Amino acid sequence: MTLASLEISGYVHRLGDHVDTDAILPGRYLAIRDPAQLASHCLESLDPEFRSRVRPGDIMVAGRNFGTGSSREHAVIALKAAGIRAIVVESAARIFFRNAINLGMPVMISAAASRGLEAGQLATVSVARHAIEQGRQIYAAQPLGGEVAAILASGGLMQRTRQLLAAGPMHTSEALSNG
Amino acid sequence: MSAQTITEKILAAHAQEGFVPAGNIATVTPDVLMLNDVSGPIAFEQFESIGAARVAAADRVVLVADHFAPASDIVSATAIKSLRDFASRHGVRHVYEPGRGGIEHALLDELGMIGHGTVVFGADSHTCTAGAFNALGMGYGSSDLAATLAIGRLWMLVPESIRVEFIGAPRRFVSGKDIVLALIRTIGVDGAASASLEFGGPGLSTLGMDERMAIANMAVEGGADTCVFEGDARSLAHAKARGRGDSIPILADAGAKYRDRIVIDLSALSPMVAAPPSPGSGAPVESFAGQKVDQVYVGNCSNGTLTDLRQVAEILRGHTIAPHVRMVVVPATQAIWRAALAEGLLDIFTAAGAVVSPPTCGACFGGHMGILAAGETAIATTNRNFRGRMGHPESRVYLANAWVAAASAVRGEITPPQALLPTAGGRS
Repeated sequence: MTLASLEISGYVHRLGDHVDTDAILPGRYLAIRDPAQLASHCLESLDPEFRSRVRPGDIMVAGRNFGTGSSREHAVIALKAAGIRAIVVESAARIFFRNAINLGMPVMISAAASRGLEAGQLATVSVARHAIEQGRQIYAAQPLGGEVAAILASGGLMQRTRQLLAAGPMHTSEALSNG
Repeated sequence: MSAQTITEKILAAHAQEGFVPAGNIATVTPDVLMLNDVSGPIAFEQFESIGAARVAAADRVVLVADHFAPASDIVSATAIKSLRDFASRHGVRHVYEPGRGGIEHALLDELGMIGHGTVVFGADSHTCTAGAFNALGMGYGSSDLAATLAIGRLWMLVPESIRVEFIGAPRRFVSGKDIVLALIRTIGVDGAASASLEFGGPGLSTLGMDERMAIANMAVEGGADTCVFEGDARSLAHAKARGRGDSIPILADAGAKYRDRIVIDLSALSPMVAAPPSPGSGAPVESFAGQKVDQVYVGNCSNGTLTDLRQVAEILRGHTIAPHVRMVVVPATQAIWRAALAEGLLDIFTAAGAVVSPPTCGACFGGHMGILAAGETAIATTNRNFRGRMGHPESRVYLANAWVAAASAVRGEITPPQALLPTAGGRS
C-alpha cells in the first residue's frame, strides 16, 4: 500500500461540533473488544439510524474537536467496523486523531470540507492529493506528512512497527526520527 | 541554547533528538508506561501482532485494574485477568488489582513512580494528572502504547505552552475543581488544543497537591495535550515523602515563549458547577440552586483524595442525606480509603446514609457502582458530563467540588456549601 493508493469513495455522514467519544462508543461497552459488537453500539444515542444507514467505505464528516474526551480506541474500532473508512473534520482531538491514523483511518483536516460536504451524497477522499471531492466541489485539506503519512502508507501503526523492527534497531531509530 | 518552557525541558531530557522546539516532532522514551483493564487488552493483542521478541522495558510498565474493578461481569473479569496474564508472560512486576491498588492516576503517585521531570505515557486520557507533580503525563490510545511496549519510544508533537499564572489565594469552599472549571470556561473545551498548560505564579503556593491533581486531571477537558505545574517547595516536600527527593524541581527559563498567558485571580473565584453536557459550561453554584439531584457521586481520579473526603465529612457531619438521594463516595486508592477510615470519615459518610465504594473508576465513565436511569440527575466530582456519561442518555450530570456535592446530598438539590456551613474566616 502507498499513500497514493489511499483513496476512499463513499457516502457522507454528518455530525456536529465537539462529538465526544462517549457518544461514539458509550463507556458501558468498554470491556467489549469484538469489532462487530462495538460497531453495533456506534453512535447509538447520538445518531440511532447510523448503524443501519452506513455502508463499507463511507465517510464521516464532523465539525470542531471531533472525538473529544477519552482515549478509548474502541471509538475508532467501532466506526471502522461499522464501515467508515475516512474522516473529514474541521479539527480533531489529539488522542482520537492518533488512534484513527494508527488504525489506518485517514483524518483530513479541512474547515471548508467540514462545512460543505453534503450528507447522503458520494464523496472521494484522496490522502495523497490532500483533497476531498464531491460532485464538482473540490476541498483542500491539510497534507498528512511525516510519521502520520508513513503509518497510513503501511496500513496502520502495527504494520509500520513490524516494518521498523524487521529493519533492525539502527534503522528503527533513524526511521522514527526522519519520519 | 534558547529559553525553554517546562514542557520543552522535560521532553528534551527524554527525547532521542535532545532539545526539540515546540511545534516539532520528538521521539520520546517515557519513564512509565501505564495501561488499565479497558485499554490494556486491546494493546496486548496489538503488541502480540507486532511480533516483538519481548517488552522493551518491563520494569517501567504499570498495569492497573480500575475501570471495571472489582470485576462487574464475566467480560470485564476476563479483561482484568488479561492484565495479570500479560504481566506474567512478559515479566511485568507492577500489576495492581482491588485491595492493593486504586484508580491509576492517584495510584501512580502513591507508588513513588512520579518525580519532578518524570514522563508518563498512559493509555487513559487523564494521564495528564501527573502534571500536578511537575511531571508530564500524556494520554494515548492502545495502539500507540502497544508500539511503545515493543520499541520503548514514541513519536509525538512537542506542544507549545500556555502559561497559567495564579495570583491571590482561594476563598473558603473554593478548591482545585473550581479553579479548573473556571479555566475551561475561559478558554473553551478545545482552547488548549495542541498545547501544554503550564501552571505557576505567586498563588501556586496556596494550592495543596490534591488540588493541583484536580486541576491537572481536567487539563484534557480544555483540549490540552498535557500540562505541568512548576516545581516548588511543596512539590519537593511531596516528592521526598514519596521517596523521590532526588528529583529536581523544573521551572521554565526566563524568556521562554508561550502561545498565550492567562492570569487567574484565585481570590475572585467562587464554587462552580458545570452543567451537562459540557465540562466547559462552569458557572457559580448559585445559578443552579434548586436543581433536584437523585444521586451524588464523590470521587474519581480528579477528586477522590483525602482532601475531598475531608470536605465531604465537614459538610455531612451531623446530617443525613435527603430521603430521595443516593450518595456514593469513592476514595481513589486503597491507601486513601484506609486513611479515611482511620480518620473516622467513613463513619460520617455511612451514618449520613452514603455508600462507600472500593476504589474504582466506577460510574464516572458509566461502568458500574452507581449508574443513572432515564430522567435521573447526578451531581459529581468527576471530570466529564457528556450526554449519557454516567448511564442512560436521558440522565444528566453536573460537575462540582466535594463541598458542593455533599451539601447537595443533604438538601436533595444543588446547594452552595455556605448554606450548611456559614463561612467563618479562612479555608480549611
